[in-house]
Amino acid sequence: MSSKPAKIELNNFNLYYGEHQVLKGISAIIAANSVTAIIGPSGCGKSTLLRSINRMNDLIDGVRITGEILLDGKNIYEPDVDLIWLRARIGMVFQRPVAFPLSIFDNVAAAPRVRGIVNKDHLARIVKKSLQAVGLWSDVQHCLNQSALSLALGDQQKLCIARAIATQPDVLLFDEPCSALDPISTHVIEDLMRALSKRFTIIIVTHNMQQAARASHYTMFLLDGNIVEYGPTRELFTNPKDIRTENYVTGKIG
Amino acid sequence: MPREDKIMLFLIRLAAAIAVSVLLFIVGYIIIQGLPTLSLRFLLSSPTDMGRGGGILPGIIGTLTLTLVSILIATPLGVGTAIFLTEYTREGMFANLVRFGTESLAGIPSIIFGLFGFLFFVIRLNMGWSILSGALTLASMILPTIVRTSEEAIRTVPDAYREISFALGASRWQTVTAIVLPTAGPGIVTGIILGLGRAVGETAAVIFTAGSSLRIPRSVLDPVRTLPVHFYILAREGISLNNAYGTAAVLLIAILLINLSAYLVMHRISIRNGGG
Repeated sequence: MSSKPAKIELNNFNLYYGEHQVLKGISAIIAANSVTAIIGPSGCGKSTLLRSINRMNDLIDGVRITGEILLDGKNIYEPDVDLIWLRARIGMVFQRPVAFPLSIFDNVAAAPRVRGIVNKDHLARIVKKSLQAVGLWSDVQHCLNQSALSLALGDQQKLCIARAIATQPDVLLFDEPCSALDPISTHVIEDLMRALSKRFTIIIVTHNMQQAARASHYTMFLLDGNIVEYGPTRELFTNPKDIRTENYVTGKIG
Repeated sequence: MPREDKIMLFLIRLAAAIAVSVLLFIVGYIIIQGLPTLSLRFLLSSPTDMGRGGGILPGIIGTLTLTLVSILIATPLGVGTAIFLTEYTREGMFANLVRFGTESLAGIPSIIFGLFGFLFFVIRLNMGWSILSGALTLASMILPTIVRTSEEAIRTVPDAYREISFALGASRWQTVTAIVLPTAGPGIVTGIILGLGRAVGETAAVIFTAGSSLRIPRSVLDPVRTLPVHFYILAREGISLNNAYGTAAVLLIAILLINLSAYLVMHRISIRNGGG
């Protein structure tokens, strides 16, 4: 489907919550170094799908899965997969910009420290690189010891992205990253995602179709746990093949 | 304002005024009675003639060491229990049993703790009247305070923090030490300070377990006489009412300072949470 190599491959992936099947036979290839948006109405399973990719659903009781999700050809649900390794490869940014009530430096250094990096210079280099990647370095380089909670909301979300990329992942998952932000901050984060896609494979869940249209290269439309349509964003929005996709992207259902 | 409301307003204002004046009266009375005795010499010299003369230095040292040792014992136990209850167990029979147990501990009269400490630590474990026996007894007394306040503080840490920490690859224990405890820190410290305040003023549990020696202790196995016990003995046996009031004033000021610092720590939390 793309000239870019596959980064993540879902093979007949099913997820059950108790008796209820949330994801139904999902098979798809996510291209490396691109932004892929997952859209669909509330309850269609888009967040669950995103959280399956870094196994955050493991934390929930009564979740059962079948099928595979391959990261660079390796099934992340194999018993020998180390979750710390997995979550270093796949970073995640959440809906609300939740910075820890620590300093800016300590927020970004949290994940490297978890991995046992204690050398101050090493940590400082990682923090600088991560903040540079999200365009926050020049603003905060002189106040790294200030509480992260003193930043504006949009900057806090940038900080959360910096915190996620401090582990030097290949993949970044965004779970509705702009739903708590004002329109200007939203644009900034969208531009940032596109810029970051040169280095990272980005998957974003959004209920905002304009956002998917603006920020993503590929779009996957989910309905009731099934992929209805998946392809290049421009095609899916301008020339949908399925009537349900057309109804959704034109706002007739949702 | 309707007549009925006016009357009620008057009554609740009266209630508040009485509550405050009782406190002010007690504090004022003790301090005024104790003030003539208070001096640097009183604080820094040993008692003579069973406490009729001299100062209360051994009592101050005894109270400080006893309280410190009991806090050192109770804090890891209490905070550990709170971490277990909040992070490592699901709500269920066992968690409720632990919680019910610590709550019940809070309701036991201190004299019972004293008796238990005497029979178990002093006699059975052969620790004698000592700082260690007293501190272990006090630790079991202040444990519920520390467990409850720590648990409340940890519960106020948003689940989002834990989720993010897991997503960053942290284990549960790393999440507790790097994120949960630092966030809940001021609340936990408040609990420890409140426990401290309770330990400093405790008499009944201490008199049975730490003894009433007037000497300066040299190790945790030596007996001590804490300030409340000293005050009790001076007053009860009519040794010196002046020195009893002096001791009480020192104790009261110490407890007020401890409670003030707990209040300041709590105040800092509310500023941080409100100003976030």
